[in-house]
Amino acid sequence: MSLLSFRNVAKAFGSTQALASASLDIDAGEIVALMGSNGAGKSTLVKILSGVIEADAGDIRFKGRSFAPRTPAEAAAAGVVTVHQSTGVVGIPGLTVADSLLLDRYADKAVPLFLSRRSVREQARVIVAEAGFDLPLERDFGDLSAADRQLVAIARAIGHRAELIILDEPTASLSGSEAARLYGILKGLAARGIAILYISHRLADLEALANRVEVLRGGRVAGSFRRPIDFDAAVETMIGRPLAAAHPDARHASGAAVLSLRNIRLLPHSRPFDLDLYAGEVVAVTGVLGAGKSRLLTGIFGHGRFASGEMRVDGKPYAPRHPTDAIAAGVVMAGEDRHRSSLMPAGWPGEAVRSTISLPHLPRWFPSGFLLGNRETVEGARAISRLGIRAASPAASIWSLSGGNQQKTVIARWEAEPSRVLLLDEPFQGVDLGARQDIIAAIRANTERATLIATSDPEEAAEVADRVVVLDGHSAIPSAPASTDAIQDLAS
Amino acid sequence: MTSDSNAVSAPAAGGNSLSQLADLVRNGAIFILLVLLMIGFTLAQPAFIGINNLMSILQAVAVVAILGAGVTISMAVGGFDLSVGAVAASSVMAASYAMIVWRLDALLTVPLVLAFGATIGIINSFLIVRLRIPDMLATLAMMFLLTGLQLIPTAGRSISTGLILADGSTALGKYDPLFLTIGRSSIGGLVPVPVILTLIVAALLYVLTEHTRIGRLLFATGGNELATRLAGASTARLKVIAYVLSATLASLGGIVVAARVGRGDVSSGSSLMMDAVAASLIGFTVLGLRRPNVFGTAVGAVFVGVLLNGLTMLNAPYYTQDFVKGAVLVGALAMTYGFGRARS
Repeated sequence: MSLLSFRNVAKAFGSTQALASASLDIDAGEIVALMGSNGAGKSTLVKILSGVIEADAGDIRFKGRSFAPRTPAEAAAAGVVTVHQSTGVVGIPGLTVADSLLLDRYADKAVPLFLSRRSVREQARVIVAEAGFDLPLERDFGDLSAADRQLVAIARAIGHRAELIILDEPTASLSGSEAARLYGILKGLAARGIAILYISHRLADLEALANRVEVLRGGRVAGSFRRPIDFDAAVETMIGRPLAAAHPDARHASGAAVLSLRNIRLLPHSRPFDLDLYAGEVVAVTGVLGAGKSRLLTGIFGHGRFASGEMRVDGKPYAPRHPTDAIAAGVVMAGEDRHRSSLMPAGWPGEAVRSTISLPHLPRWFPSGFLLGNRETVEGARAISRLGIRAASPAASIWSLSGGNQQKTVIARWEAEPSRVLLLDEPFQGVDLGARQDIIAAIRANTERATLIATSDPEEAAEVADRVVVLDGHSAIPSAPASTDAIQDLAS
Repeated sequence: MTSDSNAVSAPAAGGNSLSQLADLVRNGAIFILLVLLMIGFTLAQPAFIGINNLMSILQAVAVVAILGAGVTISMAVGGFDLSVGAVAASSVMAASYAMIVWRLDALLTVPLVLAFGATIGIINSFLIVRLRIPDMLATLAMMFLLTGLQLIPTAGRSISTGLILADGSTALGKYDPLFLTIGRSSIGGLVPVPVILTLIVAALLYVLTEHTRIGRLLFATGGNELATRLAGASTARLKVIAYVLSATLASLGGIVVAARVGRGDVSSGSSLMMDAVAASLIGFTVLGLRRPNVFGTAVGAVFVGVLLNGLTMLNAPYYTQDFVKGAVLVGALAMTYGFGRARS
């Protein structure tokens, strides 16, 4: 009998069937990796197991008994503990590591109200000893690295007598050596009979750890691969078709590079890489969460800094210290999460479609300083007709628009004035297919400019771009144009 | 141009005349209340509506309106300047000290005091922008610091001619008559100079905040700082502008107080901060904007002034004033946040 048996589980959110009859078994001491592209149902599965949401249908048994936790605490009490990707929630900066280890016990009414420093340290030491690795108990949790925070979370899971530990993209923010240490620790836990369900896209993780890879697609388990694992087959199962051919109307780069990056290190110890963008070209950069996509784009835009390296725009040295410098040099960016990065709140000055478009161009459009004349309205109307934005008028509030139309407005902002390089960070989040086509068409209509799109969805990257660059561990994987190689890499 | 939300909501809400009426009532509530109050006070006490009384109301609220405009600008950038009252009070002391101890004239004193205010604004923005202290804490700390600082040069005594200094000498300077005209004279024997000054300040700041590109960017900083930065604007510089403006306006308010009182009173300006904040917050309800706006702040200051003046004429005891102000503020905030939300 397996430790966890997960049979025909279904879960729908409105009309979206996130999980449709998914089945999965995990034995004690087994390390199972779960793969799947965005929307395949991975996080739904994890949330059901960790008690965040409840399944609509299906049979889940843990140690032979029916398992339907209603809260994460219930799941943990039964022996299923989830270590989330954002380890910031594990502890609280200002508390020591020992306190962080015991944090959930403090919330337990059974624990005495008064705690001596010594008893806290004693209990924490017991937990760490059980986990079988070392942690600086007296350090401030806020000073820990992401890797150490993860270990705190794992130690806490062991302290809970967890028999199944679920890890959600645990290596996403770890360096190579940190990941290697984590592999060792996880293998040690498995040897002691603890089962591990491991969600990751990194082939390196899967190769080093997994006894078995389960591939989710469309809410069900589409394939199961045992060691030795055939990764090509797994990736094809994941994306649901043979590895794609090159983009149909791919443009071939020619002439001088508009933007060239040389020996860029995103982090002090990441591998340096080069990147060239040519006029008229649309390049997608993809990679898992935390691979460095946003860091690359914000660095080019002057909103962040590279650890080292050189940039040139049209052959001229380019070292922006602030987005102002980037915009002056013709490098513009529409950031990830438009609500946070581009829009004014509802009811606030500047929430209109036309003001959303004009925000960066105010000095050029209103040189007198006074908002006189109708330049804003004219530009707004032009954008509405050019991109097919569905808005009542240029004065309409951006919040009266659908997600796709909001995104079109944000793109229109940077189409309103000529630029050399357009950077788009996850531009298709919450954008329906029709609006996506309109946006791609608008981007491609401009052949003077180079466009760099960051997306964590490899299929999307292959669909919109002439060329795909894959980032892994804060460095570009050297690869050919959008070919089978690249797709395989990016599915990793 | 910036009242886009109104321009949109009018046609969008069309079709339902009842909801339009409700919108009208909500947006104009403070004006309707103001008219009702004035009618009520006039019926009870006909002297209320006399031009001299109306002017005295405006004179009384002038300083609050000037300070409130400063608070409003700090709110536009998403901050909150709590130090305005203390800046105004220490400006009163600074002006008195400059004229009575240093024997400066009005033409030197006024720029000196305004420069003092601007310096406080720069320090505030250094604390907020560079040291990243949360704005309310930074300006609250500055409030304490200034409240104490203004007592030090005179060892806690008020400043008037004949003040005995720490070294035993007597300060023999006096207020420049030119300086006193700022607070005590009126144009054509009717409109007090502080009222004119307030109108000018309010008009300038209204245009600045609502009809210039700087104003748009100030609001953008408060609305979404990251978006403003990513649009290429220097949000640090915009915040400095806001806090320097706010503190400079507060010191202008202090000059008006000093010119009216004619001495450096250690207790002057104790209620100014609360009054200015109240005027700005009441201003949120004006026109249903639900955001800081200079016009609303001026209306808010007048509203409170009318209410207090009317109640005083009806012989309401002075000690009820703070209670009345508080009640108006609670009512205005409930209207802005509580009932306003039902619409969205």
